[in-house]
Amino acid sequence: MKPTDITNPEYFHKVVDCQYACPAHTNVPEYIRLILHENYTQAYMINWVSNVFPGILGRVCDRPCEPACRRVRVENEPVAICRLKRVASDNRDEVQPLLFRAPKKKNGKRVALIGAGPASLTVARDLAALGYELDLFDDQPVAGGFIRSQIPSFRLPEEVLNTELNYILDMGGITTHFNTYVSDIRDIMDKGYDAIFVGTGAPRGRDLPGLPGRKEGDKKIHVGIEWLAAVVFQHVEKVGKRVLVLGGGNTAMDCCRTARRLGGEDVKVIVRSPMAEMKASEWEIEDAVKEDIPIIDNHVPLEFVVENGTLIGMRFQKVKPEYDQSGKRSLVPTGEDPVMLECDEVLLAIGQQNAFPFIDESSGIEFNDWGLPVLDPVTLQSSIPNIFFGGDSAFGPGNIIIAVAHGHNAAISIDLLCQSKDTHDRPEPKVTLAGQKLGFHDWIYDSQITEDERQIVPTVEKAKTLRDRLVEVELGFPVYTGKTEAKRCLNCDVQTVFDYGLCIECDACVDVCPTSCINFIENDEEEALREKLIVPARNLDEDLYVSEILPTGRVMVKDENVCLHCGMCAERCPTAAWDMIKYSYKSPIAGDS
Amino acid sequence: MSYERPKFRHPEAQKNKLGYTRKAYEGAISTLCAGCGHDSIVSSIITAFFEMSIEPHKVAKLSGIGCSSKTPAYFLGRSHGFNSVHGRMPSVATGANMANKDLIYLGVSGDGDTASIGMGQFAHVVRRNLNMIYIVMNNGCYGLTKGQDSATADKGSKSRKGAPVSFESIDLCELAILLGADFVARGFSGDKKQLLPMLKAAISHKGMAFVDVISPCVTFNNAPTSTKSYSWVRDHMEATATFDFIPLQQEILTEYDHGSTIPVSLHDGSVITLHKREDKEIITNKKDAINSLEEAKARDQILTGILYLKPDSEDFHDINQTTDTPLNQLTEKELCPGDEVLQAFNDSMR
Ligand SMILES: Cc1cc2nc3c(=O)[nH]c(=O)nc-3n(C[C@H](O)[C@H](O)[C@H](O)COP(=O)(O)OP(=O)(O)OC[C@H]3O[C@@H](n4cnc5c(N)ncnc54)[C@H](O)[C@@H]3O)c2cc1C
Ligand SMILES: Cc1ncc(C[n+]2csc(CCOP(=O)(O)OP(=O)(O)O)c2C)c(N)n1
Ligand code: SF4
Ligand code: SF4
Ligand code: SF4
Ligand SMILES: [Mg+2]
Repeated sequence: MKPTDITNPEYFHKVVDCQYACPAHTNVPEYIRLILHENYTQAYMINWVSNVFPGILGRVCDRPCEPACRRVRVENEPVAICRLKRVASDNRDEVQPLLFRAPKKKNGKRVALIGAGPASLTVARDLAALGYELDLFDDQPVAGGFIRSQIPSFRLPEEVLNTELNYILDMGGITTHFNTYVSDIRDIMDKGYDAIFVGTGAPRGRDLPGLPGRKEGDKKIHVGIEWLAAVVFQHVEKVGKRVLVLGGGNTAMDCCRTARRLGGEDVKVIVRSPMAEMKASEWEIEDAVKEDIPIIDNHVPLEFVVENGTLIGMRFQKVKPEYDQSGKRSLVPTGEDPVMLECDEVLLAIGQQNAFPFIDESSGIEFNDWGLPVLDPVTLQSSIPNIFFGGDSAFGPGNIIIAVAHGHNAAISIDLLCQSKDTHDRPEPKVTLAGQKLGFHDWIYDSQITEDERQIVPTVEKAKTLRDRLVEVELGFPVYTGKTEAKRCLNCDVQTVFDYGLCIECDACVDVCPTSCINFIENDEEEALREKLIVPARNLDEDLYVSEILPTGRVMVKDENVCLHCGMCAERCPTAAWDMIKYSYKSPIAGDS
Repeated sequence: MSYERPKFRHPEAQKNKLGYTRKAYEGAISTLCAGCGHDSIVSSIITAFFEMSIEPHKVAKLSGIGCSSKTPAYFLGRSHGFNSVHGRMPSVATGANMANKDLIYLGVSGDGDTASIGMGQFAHVVRRNLNMIYIVMNNGCYGLTKGQDSATADKGSKSRKGAPVSFESIDLCELAILLGADFVARGFSGDKKQLLPMLKAAISHKGMAFVDVISPCVTFNNAPTSTKSYSWVRDHMEATATFDFIPLQQEILTEYDHGSTIPVSLHDGSVITLHKREDKEIITNKKDAINSLEEAKARDQILTGILYLKPDSEDFHDINQTTDTPLNQLTEKELCPGDEVLQAFNDSMR
């Protein structure tokens, strides 16, 4: 293998697993350390700059960082990265003075944003700060998009939502046009904006139009996302006692838990496929089960049963999964009689689709076979160069943090376009290195590795929360527990940096490394080398760090996979060939050079 | 500064035949200087016992005084141990071995502990062929007391601040051969590839297995002018015949050309195969062994490897015809066999 080029910012970036997995690349270890030092405001600000909605995301983020967390590879559970974000948010001081503000002097460029969900709001924040004038259109009476209309208040209180949306809406430079449905995008195109951003989401819930009884039972059959929005906007305040929720995703989990709060006593979730293949996050399923909601899997709907004009239940075919040679799964009827499940109401949470009724061919915007806009994946530009897409409207239903990442990206593109620059010539991430030596073998960062297990977030008593859909279930970590959790972080951004010129090959680092990461070995091709290490390096997602050739002709090879960043190698190194260096990576935002 | 090693280990760490990972063979965190050669030897000892699937409670660690003699704290944390006074490890090892021959005795000493204050003890324990592994972590100085020249420091060698050594050095391997040891080897802490099979062979050998491991003291004796420094040893190391250690029960897979390879079976059934070098006879003969050592020295080389080997020697128990049963397992019945036996014994003495 060739020696690793650690000057390439991507190398160490990848070692910080959580930050790398986060679509917005939030500097997780840095804010976790700040929590440890009770500097909540700064911890909040690191988040705010990067992911725009720390209080919101600290409660409802899909947290792609957690399954990626290094801790999962050495013990059972990841660091509670998401809930620590909430700790920063809960304990912060007034941040108003620290937030971005729109300059008085505008830059003369005007941008229209269609949809007021997280994607558009991120674009708005990034561009307003640079002096852009922004027009924000949304058909709802308030901002937030799906964060407001879909995510129930018992997971995300309205107050938290409003505070963080207002941080953006109050910056200046943003003119809101609520209750304004854009029925034809050409109306906006004709207004001479320098750029248009489409952040209209994936608004259509899938139905079962062909299933017998659908029409007859219509009054008691609802499309999940429409029903959730109706609950938020108080058009629906009650549900029948017995409710069936169809679907295995997060929408189904929100539907069933909301139903439990609106009078549903016997609420069941019915899933076509096996439980293990459910799309919903593990923790959302857990929360539903805790609220006495059984999940019945391997049941395919056959018909809505309607008697005398009222829905009385649904019939299902029991199935079992069978896998062919290529591993493809099909659901095969078990041969048992259909199962009748009685109910008063049905909520359909079986999928979400994109829809662009306000864009037709004459606009010149091209769509692919899946009904999604044709986009440049780097710039998010559509076939019309000054029209951009982001969030769920760009590549189909995703989540908030993906929408935020798109927002940052689109804002960069728009800013480059408005300055007549090449939209592909993008600003670089900002990388800084900081030595961690405090004294002789003493580190600035807390290098001790705790064995504490993941801390549990306390919740409000079940009976209380089920009575009122506005009561938030989770209480958040108390300060003390938050610190215990923060200590579990392995500081993956404090990098082990090797200087082959100083190494005397005494093996001290090899001997002390608890997780057998370090090897001194004859060089070889990567595949062979991986097998020859003390513990073979079989996690191909994690890189090998290879040094230049040492005096004995060998090379140092470090498998980054389960390095604990404990600093023991550097402590035991007599010549400081190993050093612990904090590597900070900040994704670019619009206006960065 | 870390006072504890993190508890997490590689989740895919190998297990040995007993189902243990290497962790079961570790000890407390080392308090030696960073980069001390002794730590590398410790690591090789851990690996050897782990890979040989020896139950930790079947081992007794014995040592004297010195940085080297501290190291038993850093390996085999679940074995028996006795840290004796300076230079007296051999007496304690002898006593323990006499009381219970079922344990594996691993003595750890330093060049000061052995070649100075413990010289007499060393000479006699070798001479008695006690069944033990005797490791000297040889750094040519008294590390613990701040690096004074030891009796193994080579004449003319210069430590960090010191003047050139003015006395002749003692070659413990040569001495061990002369005193009757049947397994004598020399390794280097910086060469685990050679050290590991050497330690395994020593563990398998019955009788005195003497292993001198050159182990740089990074703090006091690692100047390039010292003949016990990492750089000097690397530049002047010369291996005797190379060798493989093939434990009992493992098939010998490689086909050896019998002209150049000699397999030597050890007491426990494992085999050492010595690969003959073109210019040299294999060292299974005392005179050749000593000659080779002297010749290498004349060329300013340090000869490493298994220097002399004669398997199946009679150990101290065999020679003395002492009991096979550990003393703590002998009951009154065996110890006081009765009047008749006593009478017969007395009669035999008349
Ligand atoms: C039930 C449910 C629960 C969810 N829970 C989570 C969660 O816990 N965590 C998470 O990360 N994600 C969650 N999501 C997904 C998340 O809400 C979305 O991925 C995210 O909101 C997408 O943001 P966006 O900016 O692309 O669009 P949206 O948030 O969908 O906002 C689009 C806005 O545009 C408006 N609009 C659309 N067309 C027009 C038009 N022509 N004119 C004017 N306005 C228009 C819409 O009314 C809407 O207000 C959930 C989704 C659902 C359905
Ligand atoms: C009876 C006695 N005399 C002297 C000492 C002082 N002393 C402690 S360690 C040591 C020498 C250790 O040298 P060595 O065995 O080579 O060990 P190293 O520290 O070099 O590994 C001496 C002289 C002592 N502890 N006890
Ligand atoms: S241990 Fe900390 S820095 Fe490492 S991946 Fe997990 S949260 Fe991120
Ligand atoms: S920091 Fe060094 S000693 Fe600690 S786990 Fe990583 S490589 Fe091993
Ligand atoms: S003084 Fe020398 S022998 Fe003792 S621990 Fe330090 S380096 Fe090792
Ligand atoms: Mg010494």
